Amino acid sequence: MTLVKKTAYAVGLPLALIALWWALSRNTTNFYVPTPNELFTAFVDTWIGERFRTDVLPSVARFAVGTGLAIVLGIAAGVWIGSVRTVRSLLEPMLEFFRAIPPPVLVPILILIIGANDRMKVMVIVVGAVWPVLLNTIEGVRSVDSVLLDTARTYGLRGATRLRTVILPSAAPQIAAGVRQSLAIGLILMVISEMFASSSGLGFTIVLFQRSFAIPEMWSGIVLLGLIGVAVSVLFQLCERRILHWYYGQKEVQHGR
Amino acid sequence: MAGNSATVASDAHQGTDAPVTLSVRGLQKIYSSDTGDVEAVRDLTFDLRQGELVCLVGPSGCGKTTLLRCIAGLLDPTSGTVELDGTKVTAPPKKMAVVFQEYGRSLFAWMTVRQNVELPLKTAGMGKAERKAAVEKALHAVGLDHAAGSYPWQLSGGMQQRVAIARAVAYEPEVLLMDEPFAAVDAQTRADLEDLIRTVWKELGVTILFVTHDIDESVYLGERVLVLSNSPTIVQEDLTIDLPAERDQLTTRSMPRFTELRAHVYEQIQKAKRGTGATA
Amino acid sequence: MTPTSSAPPSTGTAPPPSRSRRRGTAVPSGLLGAAGIAGFLVTWELVVRSGLVEPQYLPAASTVLAELASIATTAAFWEAVGWTLRTWAIGLAVSGAAAIVLGLVIGSSRFLRRATHSTVEFLRPIPSVALIPLAVLLYGTSMQATLLLVVYAAFWQVLIQVLYGVGDVDPVADDTARSYGLGWTARVRYLVWPSALPYVMTGVRLGAAVALILTITGELVIGGGGVGTQIALAQSGGAVPEMYALVVTTGLIGVAINLLVRAVERRALRWHVSVRREAVA
Repeated sequence: MTLVKKTAYAVGLPLALIALWWALSRNTTNFYVPTPNELFTAFVDTWIGERFRTDVLPSVARFAVGTGLAIVLGIAAGVWIGSVRTVRSLLEPMLEFFRAIPPPVLVPILILIIGANDRMKVMVIVVGAVWPVLLNTIEGVRSVDSVLLDTARTYGLRGATRLRTVILPSAAPQIAAGVRQSLAIGLILMVISEMFASSSGLGFTIVLFQRSFAIPEMWSGIVLLGLIGVAVSVLFQLCERRILHWYYGQKEVQHGR
Repeated sequence: MAGNSATVASDAHQGTDAPVTLSVRGLQKIYSSDTGDVEAVRDLTFDLRQGELVCLVGPSGCGKTTLLRCIAGLLDPTSGTVELDGTKVTAPPKKMAVVFQEYGRSLFAWMTVRQNVELPLKTAGMGKAERKAAVEKALHAVGLDHAAGSYPWQLSGGMQQRVAIARAVAYEPEVLLMDEPFAAVDAQTRADLEDLIRTVWKELGVTILFVTHDIDESVYLGERVLVLSNSPTIVQEDLTIDLPAERDQLTTRSMPRFTELRAHVYEQIQKAKRGTGATA
Repeated sequence: MTPTSSAPPSTGTAPPPSRSRRRGTAVPSGLLGAAGIAGFLVTWELVVRSGLVEPQYLPAASTVLAELASIATTAAFWEAVGWTLRTWAIGLAVSGAAAIVLGLVIGSSRFLRRATHSTVEFLRPIPSVALIPLAVLLYGTSMQATLLLVVYAAFWQVLIQVLYGVGDVDPVADDTARSYGLGWTARVRYLVWPSALPYVMTGVRLGAAVALILTITGELVIGGGGVGTQIALAQSGGAVPEMYALVVTTGLIGVAINLLVRAVERRALRWHVSVRREAVA
């Protein structure tokens, strides 16, 4: 496909939808839905400037730290649990239970234990977002191809070398899927922790707008959250495509056959 | 006692005075399953002398893979021993390499061909310059010089198996075990790979145990063919292949002696399948 | 391939292979699992009783379980559970149906797939909790507010999987179907739907999990009813053991939903898996 065609496909529907929105909101003044103009102005006014520093950056920073910690913890623990059968059998039922608890309920619990502060917000993200990575890592490590393992044994690959050159790369696609889910949950928890018990941050601010009926501002906040979500997703995909280029290449070849 | 008698009848064969590299004695493997114990392999006893190319054939389900895995140290036998140069095999020995049938699952998809071949050498502690030379030599030996930078999945099945062979070759093992390595490639590629194995074997002087279900292949490749019985498996016959040392696909396969040997092995396999081959 | 199928494949546990490669290893995993649960409960109990953690922040296991047993006898508890399950079910059903229909339609047309790709990839990562203020604005603190979140979140999970599924139809099978003169409806019925079914089931599974999360989240933050709201009430009212008991309840609901969905998946894919098994044998 030519670049022109590609661009046309990419922006076609979005532009059509925006045009529709603009046309519909021209004539009526709907309380709930601002015009594109209003929204854009509100967005610029609200988020570009002071608030960016005091609300947006800290929120994103907490998200980054929390999710980062969750990923590292999840992979480390997952590798261990996935490799040792006894540990896995021991922990499996407990893990099944804990992963079934909807992460947001951790907010009231952690508020109780830690208090309503920054540390709580980060902890909520860590404790909530660790599960997809952990469980996917366990599964990925556990299900490494048996022929691959035999080959490794035959050529004397053991311990850390085997982990680095065989097990982790083999489990990488599954771990990546877990990381993607963890990022999504981390974002949700970042917002929830701020909506529930906070005096600053994105979540808090958006709720504030809603409560004071500052509708365009509220929408601008939603759009901002959306943009952050998309940015995180794009960043993730870029990293994933690079690290797993071999996996996608392999799938392409298999599909082609 | 299992069919060791056949080896005595061998003629002037370079192997008869070479030392015994691999010794299998009374190998037995019993699997316990929910429905009771299954004796897959009853009693396998045979020797491989240094530098021999021996083929192993048998009916489906006779435990060829079990045997190979026991020899490779990947599986513990229930009883009996496997000895490599006099040392008992309890874990994959350093001087042994294996080429599996499923090349796609044996090569590392995240590494290039060169990296795949290099990895065992790296693990063994070889120096960088030495490794580079060894890898290049091995890739040249299998005819994959140009593919060093590619990924395994970018190559055809035959080429992937060549990579696996190159990896084994670069490792410079004493004994090379091959588990039906050409079963999953097409006939033309198989012919090329068979010749490749013989070339590599002659150049390196490595001892090869080649497991296959293809009767023609076993006669074409081997100096000796061990025919296995049905499960519970024993060595039904130890046949010496007295074809000339220089073999090629066209002339060798059309020799009358080839046809005779081939028919003989075929008969043995049929007997094995019927369960009448095993001479207690 | 050589049918040594009863052979335990190399499990790749700790490096030096153990001598005893007997098939039934030391302790069966079911027993270990039960031991794990018991161990956890005991540890929890001890940690609190020994004073390591204050009971007003983390009550002992026995306290929480006793509280759970106690509230499980009240009507209010079951009303809340019922509310949560209803919200979850409605949300999943609505989003699932919409996603399957849209997924089949979009997935079957290359043009539609391409045209909607950018929009889907943009809307998909938007955290549904961002819609909470909007939901409150539109629906106040009713079930519909929470449903808005649930439907939005679960919809994408199912849609993505359905699109994968439709896109994964074996081209050889498709060509075969066409060459035998099967029309569009027949192909969908005999080829597309069965091929996509495993993906649809995956989508339902993921969607079900996400739906529960958003249900509880909505109830927690927005209010209105259900277990989430009860948790918020317990927390603000300082009823700590009750709060923990309710959290345990959400976990149990989650486990129950997981089991239900897996059972449905197994049933729906029964023919599929057995066809696969036959092909391998």
